[in-house]
Amino acid sequence: MNPVIGHYALILALFVAALQAALPLAGLSKNNEKLFAFAAPMARIQSALIIFSFLILTYAFYANDFSVYYVAVTSNSHLPLIFRLAAVWGGHEGSMLFWVTILAVWTLAVTFFAKELPLRFRSSLLAVMGLLTVGFLMFILFTSNPFDRIFPAPFDGRDLNPLLQDPGMVFHPPLLYMGYVGFSVAFAFAIAALLDGRLDVTWARWTRPWTTAAWVFLTLGIALGSRWAYYELGWGGWWFWDAVENASFMPWLIGTALIHSLAVTEKRDAFKAWTVLLSICAFSLSLLGTFLVRSGVLTSVHAFATDPSRGLFILLFLVVVIGGALTLFALRAQSVGLGEKFDLVSRESFLLSNNLVLFTATASVLLGTLYPLLIDAMGMGKISVGPPYFDTVFVAIMVPGIFLMGIGPIASWKKASVPDLASKLKWALGISIISALLVPSVMGRLSPMIFVGLLMAFWVISSVLVAIKTRLKAIPGNDVVKKFKTFGPAFNGMLLAHFGLAIFIIGVTMVKGYEQEYDITMHSGETTVINGYDFTFKGTLPVTGPNYKSKQGQFYVTKDGKEIDLLTPEKRYYPVQGAVMTEASISINPVRDIYISLGEELEEGGWSIRIYFKPFVQWIWLGCLLMGLGGLLTMVDKRYRLKKKVTNNESAAT
Amino acid sequence: MKLKLILPLLLFVVLVGFLGKGLFLNPREVPSPLIGKPAPTFEAPVLGDSSKTFYTEEMKGKVWLLNMWASWCVACREEHPLLVEMRKHDIPLYGLAYKDVETNALAVLESMGDPYITTANDADGTIGIDYGVYGVPETYVIDKKGIIRYKQIGPITPEALRDTILPLLKELAV
Repeated sequence: MNPVIGHYALILALFVAALQAALPLAGLSKNNEKLFAFAAPMARIQSALIIFSFLILTYAFYANDFSVYYVAVTSNSHLPLIFRLAAVWGGHEGSMLFWVTILAVWTLAVTFFAKELPLRFRSSLLAVMGLLTVGFLMFILFTSNPFDRIFPAPFDGRDLNPLLQDPGMVFHPPLLYMGYVGFSVAFAFAIAALLDGRLDVTWARWTRPWTTAAWVFLTLGIALGSRWAYYELGWGGWWFWDAVENASFMPWLIGTALIHSLAVTEKRDAFKAWTVLLSICAFSLSLLGTFLVRSGVLTSVHAFATDPSRGLFILLFLVVVIGGALTLFALRAQSVGLGEKFDLVSRESFLLSNNLVLFTATASVLLGTLYPLLIDAMGMGKISVGPPYFDTVFVAIMVPGIFLMGIGPIASWKKASVPDLASKLKWALGISIISALLVPSVMGRLSPMIFVGLLMAFWVISSVLVAIKTRLKAIPGNDVVKKFKTFGPAFNGMLLAHFGLAIFIIGVTMVKGYEQEYDITMHSGETTVINGYDFTFKGTLPVTGPNYKSKQGQFYVTKDGKEIDLLTPEKRYYPVQGAVMTEASISINPVRDIYISLGEELEEGGWSIRIYFKPFVQWIWLGCLLMGLGGLLTMVDKRYRLKKKVTNNESAAT
Repeated sequence: MKLKLILPLLLFVVLVGFLGKGLFLNPREVPSPLIGKPAPTFEAPVLGDSSKTFYTEEMKGKVWLLNMWASWCVACREEHPLLVEMRKHDIPLYGLAYKDVETNALAVLESMGDPYITTANDADGTIGIDYGVYGVPETYVIDKKGIIRYKQIGPITPEALRDTILPLLKELAV
């Protein structure tokens, strides 16, 4: 199949997307209802063209068409098929096409699943998404065309970076992009509301499931990326505060603030301007992340080719999109109103504090990420900002937020009573403090950070239990099971997500507090005792993979004579890129990971070996998974589907 | 009240200013530790005729360019026509075939033209290690005393050639 077709499809998509944006906007300004009808069909055609173009590129990878420059630099005929397909988003041009493809998927979803919205509103929504599509398509066509040809075609490709040849590459970018780009829907909702000058409870109800969906994807995407880094990079770290990680974490933090703020807007018709601002910010940070990653203004382990013309283009795009949105906000936010009043002690104010905490945390991450750039731009030298800054500042900001998170779900809307809250939560606090002291005494070491971390985790868990108890008491009757069944999925999902955060905090605290690292040298046949485990090294075996050669270490791990695991860390050589990769091997168990990676082969035939004990490290990702599941659960809440009937009836009545 | 609503926009404008400035700075610009230092000396078989040997010692007293390339490298192919053009203008270009199969390398020179006075064969990549190569192509400008004066990472662009390499060669030739 000729790759040129893909290129043409993209050009065509650009024109259709321009119509998708222009026609409804013209309809809005001229009050011509007929023009609104164009939005959805144009959106569908445009999305189909983009998806088609993406499939053409995928086919070029499948068929090893090295006459396409992008395929030649990111793939190789010996690369296993699954990685050839994942290599589609393994480089700059392809990942940009993938970005806009995901935008097309979300656009399609809006045309199919947002039918209950009034035509006028849905059309302005699609117009905004059309504008975003136009911008990104222009970026791709003018600076990053994945269909560029190379002549004469090389015999074989330069191969995908071996670091990316991993199942993580198949799932992490799609989930992450679904999250990133998914915030464009919330963004479009906000802009459409500003254009409309109407923002009410229904608006928040429409926006919520879309925002939560994007947030769930982003949560899972980040967690998967973290887990991938953990086993792939060979030294057992799971978060590096790298610029690119921060670029995905900032939209997550603001997205988290947004889903809470939307809850208040929906339930209490409050925080309206603030919710709109957060919707704009969440997507703006996604775009900023794209800029930081793609322009090369910051260095990062996610090293990509830098090209100032690309950077300039994205910067212009940022100015138009974010600058335009914030200008609209400044002009129109007053018209949407601020919303209902509430007392100083109320669920609203707890959620507002939660928002401020998350906002401040985002600002601190943004500052740390951009600080090297700011210093360099002011000619004050070159510096880097590392984990010590982020760890300290981020934890200090989040601790009060997590404390409030325990109280929020128990406080009543509008006005809560302090003595009532205190009496409900005093036991939770007492139990948390005792548990946070007990666990370290079992583990054998206590430090202030361990205490604070565990206290926060147990506080969240016990307050989740208090919230359940309070809810049960509020419902009349004696049958607990029956009463429990009346809890809506929204409430359960919220509690599950909070519980997931507690699990996450336990994982982080235990790993940070109790991980152990050993650097040893072993020869074949030797046994070493570490931490009560016997490690027997049986030498290395040569292994030939599809596109690499490897030396695979054989380590038998036993404890008290009982076999625990056979660990097989590898040293792989990828000849096409001349790259050597370390593949760690991990024995996983709910309360500890044993992580082995091979260092260098020594002259007399021994190996330098690194062994890590990582207590509770899997809880980090388990916690994220629970948060994601919690988010999913809130989305199935009946009220998002009931309203469809209601609006249908309404429209039938009018 | 109004000001509060404009504040996000103002903050964004400041941010854009910095980002714009940042675009024209290079965070990776870490000067090669070899610049201003003597080029690592080596001797290596000549590509296509392993009975002959290329000695860097023999280059003393000459200004020359050492271009590291490989037949498996796509960016090198992109650069190749420019090299051929440079050779036509008598620029003293020497090649180093980095981690390459000799027949493949020769095939490229056969089909795309040979821009090099001589190409040394670094089949096992040890010379590349001495020069701290982290990706081909890379090109070094070496002066009469054998000191590295400039290093081009990645393909030579027409701009780099015109604005940096040619003026430098003129200056060194004196």
